[in-house]
Amino acid sequence: MKKYLQITVVLGAFFLLVFLKQQRADDKDFVPIDSSGIITNPIPNTTSQSAIPTSIPTSSPMMGGSKMMGQYRDGSYTGSVEDAYYGNIQVQAIITGGKITDVIFLQYPNDNKTSRYINGQAMPLLKQEAIQIQSANVSGVSGASATSPAFIASLINALNQAK
Amino acid sequence: MKKQTVSMGMPVIINVIDRGVTEQDFSQVFAYFNYIDNKFSIYKKDSEISKINRKELKEKDLSNDMKTIFSLSQKTKIETNGYFDINTNDFLDPSGIVKGYAILNGAKMLNKKYKNIYLEIAGDIQVFGKDERDQKWKIGIRNPFNKNEIIKVVNLSNKGIATSGTYERGAHIYNHKNKKKADEIASMTVIADNIYDADRFATAAFAMGEKGIEFIATLKGIEGYMIKKDKTAIFTKGFEAFVN
Repeated sequence: MKKYLQITVVLGAFFLLVFLKQQRADDKDFVPIDSSGIITNPIPNTTSQSAIPTSIPTSSPMMGGSKMMGQYRDGSYTGSVEDAYYGNIQVQAIITGGKITDVIFLQYPNDNKTSRYINGQAMPLLKQEAIQIQSANVSGVSGASATSPAFIASLINALNQAK
Repeated sequence: MKKQTVSMGMPVIINVIDRGVTEQDFSQVFAYFNYIDNKFSIYKKDSEISKINRKELKEKDLSNDMKTIFSLSQKTKIETNGYFDINTNDFLDPSGIVKGYAILNGAKMLNKKYKNIYLEIAGDIQVFGKDERDQKWKIGIRNPFNKNEIIKVVNLSNKGIATSGTYERGAHIYNHKNKKKADEIASMTVIADNIYDADRFATAAFAMGEKGIEFIATLKGIEGYMIKKDKTAIFTKGFEAFVN
């Protein structure tokens, strides 16, 4: 399941990028212009370039030549996939004219998504009920301890940051 | 024979049903817990883990117990996609692994000689065999909204059961993935063949929030009962086998 989702997200990111590039091609505002106002890197025809993978470009970024105009090299940079369980967080930075012109967030894990999952394919594995107070005699009770070490660790961490 | 004490700053309850169990059997286990506490407590200045956190010990000087716990922690971190991590900003707190590990080892020490055993440290429990009525051990799951109540009874033999939650003190499990305290759900109870697995996966699943129960559903032989803040529960299908 995890791998399937990772693949889905990577593919999703890829198609999103392709979509974005096509949008950019129609948007003259994103043509990089140097200080003299001359168009130096006209956006190439996207049909020939849109299949460039979304991995970090090394020498051939999406905007044609990699002219150094600002702090960054032009191109599309896809960040690493974080939290790859039932969803992922991944950002993609678009550098145009040496500057960050767009950051795309692909944020998958959220409550709606989780609910949909439970209501959908996971239903055979999971069930739901309202909790009810019981009155049986038991040998013991399982419950979270009040002084969880993790709580203390979190507190120590918070205090360290407050220093 | 049933005995109660406090070790590692937590209440410890041991109940051995078999005849012939001795004081010595109990004190052996309590001594083991104190040994573990002296080595792994982050509250004790002279514990090995405190020395490691102060960078006074090098990797080659670590005890075998510490190496074992570190390798189990690393394994758990991978198995839970990073949700379980003993390292928070370079501060190591292996308590989340040590507790289940200690309960399991303590229960196994008794299990070498006896069959019917209940061992609990602060709500995390390992049982072997049957209870005093020769039935499976009946264990309640605490109501996360009222600690004096139980909302479920499960019948267990040769199993471990652990619950992570937010009773009394608010969210206390740290979500290492987004650096926020986990507080989407009220409690997460996990049943496994041993308390070591139940405890570490309950902690990790709780940190995942609502999707924690889906994570539990993917683990073979491990069942979960998650209580949400709206007082409904979502549980794995296999969990029902433990309920009357």
